[in-house]
Amino acid sequence: MKTRTVQDVSALPTFGYGPAASIWWGTAAFMMLEGTGFVLVAATYLYLAVVNPHWPPTGEPPGLLWSTLLTIALLASAWPNQLAKRSGERADLPATRLNLVVMSAIGFLILALRAMEFTTLNVRWDTNAYGSIVWVILGLHTTHIITDLGDTVVLAVLMFTAHGRGKRFSDVSDNAFYWYFVILTWLPLYLLLYFVPRL
Amino acid sequence: MFWFFGHPEVYIIFLPATGMVSSIVVAFSRRPMFGYLGLVLSLISVAFLSFGLWVHHMFVTGLPQLGASFFTASSMLIAIPNGLQIFCWLATIWMGRPILRVPMLFVLGFFFIFVIGGLTGVMVASVPLDTQVHDTYFVVAHLHYVLIGGAVFPLLGAVYFWFPKVTGRLMSERLGKWHFWMALIGFNAAFFPMHILGLRGMPRRIYTYLPGVGWDDLNLFVTVGALLLFLSFAGFLWNMLASLRSGEVARDDPWDAGTLEWAVSSPPPVYNFARVPVVTGREPLWTERESLPVVAGLSVNAREILVTTVTEATPSLREASPDPSIWPFTAAIAVTIAFIASIFTPWAVVWGGALIGATLIGWFWPKALHEDEQ
Repeated sequence: MKTRTVQDVSALPTFGYGPAASIWWGTAAFMMLEGTGFVLVAATYLYLAVVNPHWPPTGEPPGLLWSTLLTIALLASAWPNQLAKRSGERADLPATRLNLVVMSAIGFLILALRAMEFTTLNVRWDTNAYGSIVWVILGLHTTHIITDLGDTVVLAVLMFTAHGRGKRFSDVSDNAFYWYFVILTWLPLYLLLYFVPRL
Repeated sequence: MFWFFGHPEVYIIFLPATGMVSSIVVAFSRRPMFGYLGLVLSLISVAFLSFGLWVHHMFVTGLPQLGASFFTASSMLIAIPNGLQIFCWLATIWMGRPILRVPMLFVLGFFFIFVIGGLTGVMVASVPLDTQVHDTYFVVAHLHYVLIGGAVFPLLGAVYFWFPKVTGRLMSERLGKWHFWMALIGFNAAFFPMHILGLRGMPRRIYTYLPGVGWDDLNLFVTVGALLLFLSFAGFLWNMLASLRSGEVARDDPWDAGTLEWAVSSPPPVYNFARVPVVTGREPLWTERESLPVVAGLSVNAREILVTTVTEATPSLREASPDPSIWPFTAAIAVTIAFIASIFTPWAVVWGGALIGATLIGWFWPKALHEDEQ
């Protein structure tokens, strides 16, 4: 069939930010999937809490020190995260490099706090159903920290190579978007794991 | 548990057929689909409802009365969206100018057979009737009317419909008509008497029975019908092979259909479209008879895709698309290794995760500078 040109797209940009980029939709869909995962494990936790006469069955709730430090660190990381997002959106290469290095360091610090948190749960994963679900919830959230930290480190390295331009600034913004998900999902989980056993 | 999978599976077989029927009905009625929105919504509701009626396979296992009532209601309920689809297709044909080529004949055969299967479906949705005909040939008749009618006939129509697009040659219309009539008569001769056999008490899953119980004549008739059905398929295979070698050469759009696949040559080039077509309606080739409106401006020396806005589909970006790469394959291998090893040691989840992460980083690492271009 013969064709006739009705539109010329050669002037269109090759990358966009937020909902204009297809990666943003992938990230949003991933959040929905993983958010459903968090809802499922939280529902399992609450179900077990309802059917057990004593909660926690071991009598000793998990320790508050490291988990609270981690929560504060996560909340505080929202600020450098927002700086990283903005520098990506401005396509400001020096600022993006700096912010990504800072966010990588913060990620490792938070991972270290999480490692300490695992030592004060006061229950092993194979002790009872309570222990299993606590480890599953904390493990699931840790997987998200590791995923975003891996992404941040790779992007930070990338920004110091010849690829640190164009579409990669959009990736920086999406990576920061995902870190907000890591922060926001932690808050209800923190209340669930540390304060439901103290009710 | 089997039926929790098994019943939706029936609809998973049926749903692609509804898409084929919709394509063929529109192409041969020479008009757009009647009630398109209702048709799409009923498709979605069939997909949704299909997960909530599997218990009707287990009515004789001794269910609580509430369970029996609920699953009777949901089984009958699914007849409503299915019926709505049938009425949309019939209204499209009614208000169009139908052309009775072979693909359309198979669609008409689908209506005839599938509606009968649907009606017996509503019958067996009711617990007393289901208890009566459970494990008899009535159920065998019902399921073949639904599946052969609902999936095989549309599929055969689809083979005749898209054969010229895939191979560049049309299938023989004369042999196709023979195939259709032999299949329609053979199928009904083979399966309709099974309703009566079932009502006369013939159980399923038997290979023989005592003479003189009143099933002999009908079973002989069924055998003759099955033979006719078999012969029709032998003719179909012969038609496919012969047409592949020496069938009439197909134009780009041998049926004057309206959808985009008919704008490219038969068979299509590997790249499908040299330029991205601009679509203004559901049958773009009917609105643009002379020439196809296209978009220009995508790179011709690098892979690019056009990204559009979500609802209005206004072009917004020319995004670079990656070149062929071995990395996805290595990632698949890493996942396989991690999963298999995790059967033997839980630590495989940890080191396997690192391995998968490494292959993913290799996959997503930009390969060429044009991929992250301004």
